[in-house]
Amino acid sequence: MRRALRRLRLPAAIVCGGLALANLAAPGPAPVAAQTQAGALLRPGDDRAALAAKGERVFQDTCSSCHGGDARGIEGRGPSLRGVGELAADFYLRTNRMPLDDPEDQPSRHPSSPLTREEKRQVTAYVGTFGGPAIPDPDPGAARVADGRRLFTDSCAGCHQVVARGGQVPRARIPDLEDATALDVAEAVDIGPFLMPRFRTLDDDEVDAIARYVAATHDPEDRGGWGIGHIGPIPEGMVTWLLAAFALVLTIRIIGERTPR
Amino acid sequence: MTEPPRSRRLRDTLLGAALVRLLRRLPASEPPREPGVPPPDIERELPSTRGAERTVLVALLGTVVAAAGFIVLYVALPDTQLLGLCLGLAFVCLAVGSIVAGKKVVPQETTIEEREELGDRETQEEVVGIVRRGGEGVSRRGMLLGAAGAAGAAVGAAAIVPAASLGPRVDARLHRSPWRAGRRVVDADGAPLTVADIEIGGFRTGFPEGATRDELGSPLILVKLEPGEVELPAEQQVGMPSGILGFSKICPHAGCAVSMYRHPLYEPTTPKPALVCPCHYSTFDVRRGGELIFGPAGRALPRLPLRVNAEDELVADGDYLDAYGPSWSGVRQERPAP
Repeated sequence: MRRALRRLRLPAAIVCGGLALANLAAPGPAPVAAQTQAGALLRPGDDRAALAAKGERVFQDTCSSCHGGDARGIEGRGPSLRGVGELAADFYLRTNRMPLDDPEDQPSRHPSSPLTREEKRQVTAYVGTFGGPAIPDPDPGAARVADGRRLFTDSCAGCHQVVARGGQVPRARIPDLEDATALDVAEAVDIGPFLMPRFRTLDDDEVDAIARYVAATHDPEDRGGWGIGHIGPIPEGMVTWLLAAFALVLTIRIIGERTPR
Repeated sequence: MTEPPRSRRLRDTLLGAALVRLLRRLPASEPPREPGVPPPDIERELPSTRGAERTVLVALLGTVVAAAGFIVLYVALPDTQLLGLCLGLAFVCLAVGSIVAGKKVVPQETTIEEREELGDRETQEEVVGIVRRGGEGVSRRGMLLGAAGAAGAAVGAAAIVPAASLGPRVDARLHRSPWRAGRRVVDADGAPLTVADIEIGGFRTGFPEGATRDELGSPLILVKLEPGEVELPAEQQVGMPSGILGFSKICPHAGCAVSMYRHPLYEPTTPKPALVCPCHYSTFDVRRGGELIFGPAGRALPRLPLRVNAEDELVADGDYLDAYGPSWSGVRQERPAP
C-alpha cells in the first residue's frame, strides 16, 4: 500500500499543479460599474467658460504637439479637434487613452494619466468650445439584456466577440470591454475610435441596450463553475479533456502493474 | 517435397517466442510436467486483510451514501451541480471499492494459459501441395495470368464508373445568387435599407428582399466611402450610388462571414479601411472594390452592383461581378454569362 502511494506521488503532483493552473486561469468576479453620465468629466450645470479658459493652457502644454496650437491638427501626427465636441474629449481623456506617448500608437485604456481630473475637465471644456456633440447620457437601466445581446451580436461581436473579450484585427488590437461603462459604450459607438467603425445609425434605446449587455458580460453567470477566461467552449473543452486525461492516467497508474520479471 | 522456407521461418519464430515466454514465466525450480496433465496453479495468494476489507466496506458505504444523497437532492433541492457531485462521488467510491477488492481482497492467482501450436502442419503441407499441382501442365501461364489481371481491372472499373451518377449535378447552382436587378436590399428585420442608413465609417448587413437568406449568395455587407475615395478605374466605378458599395459577406477563402470592418478615425497614423474576415484574417480593401491585401483568400471579395430607386432605397443592379462563395478549382470557369 505504501509503495503504491509512493508511486502515486508524481501523477498526484501533476494533477494538483494542473488544478492550480486552471484555478489561476479562472478570473475573479469583475466589479460591475454601471455608471452613466455620473462619471463624465463635465455635467450640464458646469461653468464651461471658466474651465475652458484654464483648459487652453493645459491644451497648449499637453495636446498641441500633435493636435496643433489651434486644435486644427498637425498632418501626420494628430487629427483636428474642431467639431469633435466634449463627447470625444471626455471619451479619450476620461479613459486615459490620451495623451498618447507616440502619435503612431493605438490609443488604449490606461490606468493612469499625466493630467489630473480637474485638468481633464478643463481640456474637455476647451475642446467643447469649438462645437460638436455633447457628452451623451445613456440610461441602460431600463433596457433589456436580450435586446442588447441581439444588437451586440449584429454590430459589435464580429470584432469584440459575443462575450466582449476583444481580439485582433490586422494591425490593431480590439480591446476587451471588461472596464467599459455605459458612457464609454455610448461615446465609442458615436466616435468609432481608432479602427472601429462608427454606429451613429443606432438610436439611443439601442445604445442603451448594448450598454446593458456589455455590463452583463462583466460578471457573467458561470453555469459550469469556472469561467475559464470566458473565451468560449473550445478552451472549456480543452481544460475538461486535460483534467479527464490526468484523472485517467492516475487511475491507470493505480490499478495497472508491470509484468513481473 | 520440402516445406517452403517462409512458412518454416514463421513457425520457428512462433515456437521460439512461445518458448521464451514459457521460460520467463516458469520459475526455475518448476519440475518438468507430464503431457496431458492440466497445469497446476502456479501462484495463489490470499491477500485479504481486515484493513483491505474495511477499505472496501467504507468505499461501498460511501457509494450508498452518495447515491442516496443524489436521490434526496433530486427530490428536495434539484441543483445540477450538487446532483452531479453526488453521482460522481458515488461512481468514484464504487470504483475505489472495486479496485481495492480486486487487488487486495479476493484470491490472487497467476496462471499460464497453455496454447496449442498455431495451424495444423499436415493440413498446411497438403494445401501447399494442392496449390503447386494446380499449375502443372499449363504452358502459357504468363498470358493467362495477364488476362486474369485485365479481367479483374475491367470489373473493378465497371464497379467504379456508376459513382459518376452519385448525387445531383452541381452545375450552375453554385453560381446562382438570389440577387436580380431591381431586388431591394433589406436589413435583418426585413426593412428596406435606404441611402441614409449607411453612414461613412459604418457598415450594415443586407439581404435580398423576398428571397431565402440561407444561400451563400444572400448576405451583403454594405459600406459607404467619401466622395472621390474610391480607387478604381473610371469604367469600374459603377453600381456604387452615393459611394455605397455592396460586397458578398461570404469570404472567398473558406466561406466565413466577413463580419469585421476596420475604418480609421485618423488615417495618417493608422491602416486604411478594409473588410476583414474573422476566421483567417483575409483583409479586403474597400476602396479598390474588395481587392485582397492580406490573408489566405485567393481573390477579391465579390462586389454586387447597386443603384437607388425613387424612394432612395438600395436595390441590386444585377448579380455579383465575380463568383461568390468559397473558392474551389474552377470557381470562375463554370460561371454562366450574365
